[in-house]
Amino acid sequence: MNESSNVADKLLNDVRLLRQKLGSDLHDRLAGALYHRAAQVSAVGVHVTGRPAVDWDLGADKILTSRWLGFPIMIFALMAILWLTIQGANVPSGLLADFFFWLEGHLETGMKAIGSPWWLTGFLVNGVYRGLAWVISVMLPPMAIFFPIFTFLEDIGYLPRVSFNLDRLFRWCGANGKQSLTMGMGFGCNAAGVTSCRIIDSPRERLIAILTNNFMLCNGRWPTIILLATVFVAASFNPAWSGIVATATVVAVTLIGVAVTFAMSKFLSSTVLKGEPSHFFLELPPYRKPNLLRIFHRSLIDRTIYVLGRACVTAAPAGAVIWLLGNINAGDQSLMAYAISWLNPIGQFLGMDGVILLAYIVAIPANEIIVPTMIMAYMAGTRMTELDDMGELATLFHNNGWTFTTAICMMLFSLLHYPCATTTWTIYRETGSVKWTIWSNLMPLILAVVVCASVAQLSRWLN
Amino acid sequence: MGNCNSCSTGCSDTAPNRTALVQIGGVYDYVVALAGNPNTGKSTVFNYLTGLHQHTGNWPGKTVARAEGFFTQADTRYKLIDLPGTYSLMTRSVDEEIARDFILFGRPDCTVVVCDATVLERSLHLVLQIMEITNRVVVCANLIDEANRKMIALEARALEAELGVPVVPTSARRGHGMDHLLQHIHEVATGAALPQPRRARLDDEIESAIGLLVPQLLQMIPNLPCPRWVAMRLLAGDERMEQALRSGELAEFSKDPAQELVLV
Amino acid sequence: MTLRLSELHPGQTGHVLRLDTEGSLRQRLLDLGLVPGTAIEQIMHSPIGDPICYRVRGAMIALRQQDARNIQITI
Ligand SMILES: Nc1nc2c(ncn2[C@@H]2O[C@H](COP(=O)(O)OP(=O)(O)OP(=O)(O)O)[C@@H](O)[C@H]2O)c(=O)[nH]1
Ligand SMILES: [Mg+2]
Repeated sequence: MNESSNVADKLLNDVRLLRQKLGSDLHDRLAGALYHRAAQVSAVGVHVTGRPAVDWDLGADKILTSRWLGFPIMIFALMAILWLTIQGANVPSGLLADFFFWLEGHLETGMKAIGSPWWLTGFLVNGVYRGLAWVISVMLPPMAIFFPIFTFLEDIGYLPRVSFNLDRLFRWCGANGKQSLTMGMGFGCNAAGVTSCRIIDSPRERLIAILTNNFMLCNGRWPTIILLATVFVAASFNPAWSGIVATATVVAVTLIGVAVTFAMSKFLSSTVLKGEPSHFFLELPPYRKPNLLRIFHRSLIDRTIYVLGRACVTAAPAGAVIWLLGNINAGDQSLMAYAISWLNPIGQFLGMDGVILLAYIVAIPANEIIVPTMIMAYMAGTRMTELDDMGELATLFHNNGWTFTTAICMMLFSLLHYPCATTTWTIYRETGSVKWTIWSNLMPLILAVVVCASVAQLSRWLN
Repeated sequence: MGNCNSCSTGCSDTAPNRTALVQIGGVYDYVVALAGNPNTGKSTVFNYLTGLHQHTGNWPGKTVARAEGFFTQADTRYKLIDLPGTYSLMTRSVDEEIARDFILFGRPDCTVVVCDATVLERSLHLVLQIMEITNRVVVCANLIDEANRKMIALEARALEAELGVPVVPTSARRGHGMDHLLQHIHEVATGAALPQPRRARLDDEIESAIGLLVPQLLQMIPNLPCPRWVAMRLLAGDERMEQALRSGELAEFSKDPAQELVLV
Repeated sequence: MTLRLSELHPGQTGHVLRLDTEGSLRQRLLDLGLVPGTAIEQIMHSPIGDPICYRVRGAMIALRQQDARNIQITI
């Protein structure tokens, strides 16, 4: 062993001497020689036989990245996607909900008929089944519309153009333009977004991208925002306008997320992650005709079903937990009533209430189940055990003391709060640092508390 | 072409001509790596061959970690590795290191370099580097449909003669040329064909420095398959390579590869 | 005539003369094929002026102005 390490030392010594003799431009010379050879080879084997009459790519680029249209097109595309998602999901969501609650009634009757005790029926039907039913009817339709459209934009080659357009803003914040690609991935799933940050070379900029990915609404949170925007915010407007109002609300929340990403990137890069912006280079691939069949397969089977599966796996036990909390009594109150009354002051301070906070706690494993948990908790507290219509949700919320401020605060909290357990674990894996993992949770939480408390205070003053 | 997903659940009969390498996830005879510039269709080729669904999309940098899958060709079982895209193997970044380490230390039986036929010159820059690491290279000139649309014609025979390794034009998304690709992978991996890469000639000073180091390296690690490349990286001051030399990681190459597991 | 790469106009083509950058950016640029003598054409600016997109060896590469300033070209 010793001998071989001596040999290695001698060799490395020779290497050092040779390196000094060669000078510091070795990489230049290697790249030069390799490219020279590459050019020779392609001169022999590659023939350009003509020029296409029209360069469509260039034409499209001149529009999509143009001075006047570049940004409006990006915002318009975002609005169009969300509008289609919200409008398109409305009816199927309602139908699914109708079906599931129709089935619930029959399940309950069926269970009674075969002599199942009340607690078993309650646990399975009102707990587990209802949790699942909510997740599916609220999440499936919007995802089945959103993902294919997003995948379409990804396949056609629009994402790198967004990066190209936005890089200047990222530079102002001391971050990297490729961060917008990782943000795009974050729209699907923050854990995937965090992993994709590997495409950023500079460790400092990569960390900024990782820590701020949380502010991109992931598929676990889209449905929450969409639901609140539709049944609460838009419902207080003229029905003719409700689609537009709902879309505008969701777009606004999304853009607040983008703005917070810029602000936090700037904050990080001028405090704890100080440093010079490094360089940026990005290849803009040609536009490619997407393969529709593949898009549907990838966005529906791979993504929608996967995400839904994950949601169901967490929703079933969450439904069970909620049911148990609501039905196990300690003294004269259920456990849930205790928890809620304990959390209520904090919730009120943040413009929400105890039930919403409880939902956030139960939903730490996956954001998907916040709304279902909340609804189950509200319904456990009232005599109402059935909910046949999405429209009744607004009534349920009103009856529980919701105001416009509650909805706004809940949306903001959902946008900001902290990454889900999977994302937190991914952040730990990618950074290898406990410190940054804790920071990635604390920073958004503090921000969420400050923002929600301020909004709540402001609304108290205004009233 | 046969897709054998069942391999991932573990076929148990042994391979015809070589001791099978057993690992969690499956039994296979040969390891094939997919390398190439970003966004050239590596994952598309991977998905086509394995029937899996790696993330594809039209922007550079989708694959950031190694993905593994299996396929069967001519009764031989292959493990296929999808690597992150890289412009070169001479610079440091997280995803690039994953690709470089696997091509070098993972010692695949065949490395397929997926190239973009519309910008072949740039892809060849990477091909030439990989040809320094291993002889077992197959060039897959992908996106041929796009090249045709841009009126760029490839002459595979001429390219093959220049490079000394097989060159297969493909359109992975439509599956064009994939049978041909499989056939070449099979020949190279099994050793039925031994490509003789024609390497780029570097300038005299560098060549003579490499010439001084290669005999020393071979004396230290007798079976080292890529002494030129190791010498080049050492001269460039690559710390990873120095460390691999000191720690004995490179010395692993002098063992008979057929008797051990691929450990990367 | 020598210029900085950032001074090219849209549609104008130059040839790389020298890279005045060090470290990983220099290596990246070389890897992308910006070795001396390579033709490079300016294609377009981003909406806010920076970065700028160039065509190099058939590929479209976006670079920041501050980096393009450090690449000397001849036209
Ligand atoms: N027209 C055409 N498009 C293709 C072909 N092969 C792949 N593509 C498309 O090219 C894009 C990139 O393909 P990927 O397989 O994701 O590329 P990759 O090399 O894995 O990319 P990275 O993982 O980012 O390095 C996708 O949009 C594919 O659909 C082909 O033969 N023809
Ligand atoms: Mg890939």
